[in-house]
Amino acid sequence: MSRQSEFRRAILDPARPVPPDLLDGRNGSAGWRFSVYRNNVTLSLTEALEQTFPVIRKLIGPQAFATVAGAYLRAHPPTSPVLSRYGAEFPDYLARFKPLAQLGYLPDTARLERALVDSYHAADATPVDPAIFARTAPEDLPRLHLRLAPAARLLCSPWPIHGIWRFNTEEGAPQPPHHAQDVLVTRPEYDPLPRLLPPGGAAFLAAIAADAPLGTAMDRATETSPDFDLSTLLGLLLQDNAIADATLDMAP
Amino acid sequence: MLDRTPANTLPHAPGVGYKPQHYNAIMADPGPVRWLEVHAENYMGAGGRPIAQLRHLAERFPVSVHGVGLSIGGEGRLDPDHLARLRHLCDWLQPASFSEHLAWSTHDRAFLNDLLPLPYTDATLTRVADHIDELQEAIARPMLLENPSSYLAFAESTLEETDFLAEISRRTGCGLLLDVNNVFVSATNLGFSPQGYIDAFPLDRVGEIHLAGHDTDEDDHGRPLLIDSHGREVDEPVWALLDYTLARSGPRATLIEWDNDVPDWPALAGEATRAATALTKVPA
Amino acid sequence: MSNTIKTMAIATAVTAAIAGHATTATAQEKVKCFGVSLAGQNDCKAGAGTTCAGTSTVDYQGNAWTLVDKGTCTTMELPEMANGTPRMGSLEELDRDLPQS
Repeated sequence: MSRQSEFRRAILDPARPVPPDLLDGRNGSAGWRFSVYRNNVTLSLTEALEQTFPVIRKLIGPQAFATVAGAYLRAHPPTSPVLSRYGAEFPDYLARFKPLAQLGYLPDTARLERALVDSYHAADATPVDPAIFARTAPEDLPRLHLRLAPAARLLCSPWPIHGIWRFNTEEGAPQPPHHAQDVLVTRPEYDPLPRLLPPGGAAFLAAIAADAPLGTAMDRATETSPDFDLSTLLGLLLQDNAIADATLDMAP
Repeated sequence: MLDRTPANTLPHAPGVGYKPQHYNAIMADPGPVRWLEVHAENYMGAGGRPIAQLRHLAERFPVSVHGVGLSIGGEGRLDPDHLARLRHLCDWLQPASFSEHLAWSTHDRAFLNDLLPLPYTDATLTRVADHIDELQEAIARPMLLENPSSYLAFAESTLEETDFLAEISRRTGCGLLLDVNNVFVSATNLGFSPQGYIDAFPLDRVGEIHLAGHDTDEDDHGRPLLIDSHGREVDEPVWALLDYTLARSGPRATLIEWDNDVPDWPALAGEATRAATALTKVPA
Repeated sequence: MSNTIKTMAIATAVTAAIAGHATTATAQEKVKCFGVSLAGQNDCKAGAGTTCAGTSTVDYQGNAWTLVDKGTCTTMELPEMANGTPRMGSLEELDRDLPQS
């Protein structure tokens, strides 16, 4: 086995013996010095996960988080040196992690946190000029295609993820409500915001994200929620610079 | 091999490792700090605040890009995606310097996020030199290679670290980044003389010096085992080793790294002031 | 909804949204703030020492209560979800999962 295969295995599995023929510089054995590397790898990757998933850490406590993170980093070490991307599989891992299975809302809460960091690093985009809407003839509006900003992220959940996030990030926030919540992460300037979506909002945005025109997206929204309020949602999207472009579909 | 053009255009003055929490303080009054160093991997997103902030900083200060994740010492090939990201960063930022480590961190698709050691043999020398050629080709500029902090040694090593680095520099045309704290840490951990290491180091190839604080632990014989923690002030013996180095190398761009328990700006600027004092003692 | 009604609904909503946007945009002073950033996650520090984290194997097959008792999940009140998804979070529920000792 190559040196680096030996190191990789022994670092990720503390039960394995340390690699052979390591010295202390004085012709003695390296002894427990190898554990410096085991320690660095475990601590630094745990810290990277803590930075991306602070709400999960708060929910389950620092000790439990370190335990899950330690198990996760051994099962899923990063595949890229860009650590802001680390933890893509963490929400799914939480879903399968038996000791926490009774906290059914953890995976979706983790997905929201992952989305916030992704949004933070997403590409910049010039927001659409709202005048495009005024310039478009009313009868053409249903054929208008909206392109969401690269920093926008849609999350649908059977859990009150917005409320859970607030409860753990805002001083004095209320208890999470007892119903499902969908969230759009927007980034008005440089700080991502989780925006609670009104009923029908997620269906509308999922259609928009799939490049359906405004009319079709409106249909999807009213199918799930007859009272869907396009005006409020569109106002939010404009206010948060969440629409990057609007183009008219010229097909009949 | 690239020609021996200067590997960087950093001023022979103090710099600090940039931390976002210091942005406002640095912009208001950088004190003795004349340049900044950033970790390449923190600026590889598509956009957002990190990139915007770096653009602003680069308008005002020379910026050194310090890679912490390429795995130059890796047994496998360099990650082409990561090479492309480094190239993109260097292209738009046009940094005053680019540096990376004599270490590995990725093996068999796992990035272990630590600067792991490699034995010093003819085979590893060839591999590292090939990887540096490939990197310098990709980013279209010469790089600086940094000496590691060592916690152990390999039975199969046949070359001294200083000879290894000198030969890498000769073969690839890369410059060297001399981390004086790493020298002190390795010397203590492996029982060699730090001054002897500096005497053997190819100081004419040094484009930048690093300083940082370390922690003290113990090995299983109760001897001090120093850890390169970057979490406190530079230790007194390391300042002395800096003086020893500068007296032989002449002034160099000198960086304070503080990555753990990052202090408020005045404490970091204080370390930079001390580096400035050390630099003024040296005839240019 | 008929196409005509839908077109009207969209037009009305769009008009209202733009009107609302114009008000907020002028009321809002846009200041580029660089002050608050997420910390970069890559650095080249080493964790302290040779002890603990990297060498210990934790037996996390223990009971769930031990694992989460330092978290806010114990103070959140989440009842049964409408869609029947099993849920938890309350202290009592966690207690109920504890093995009988």
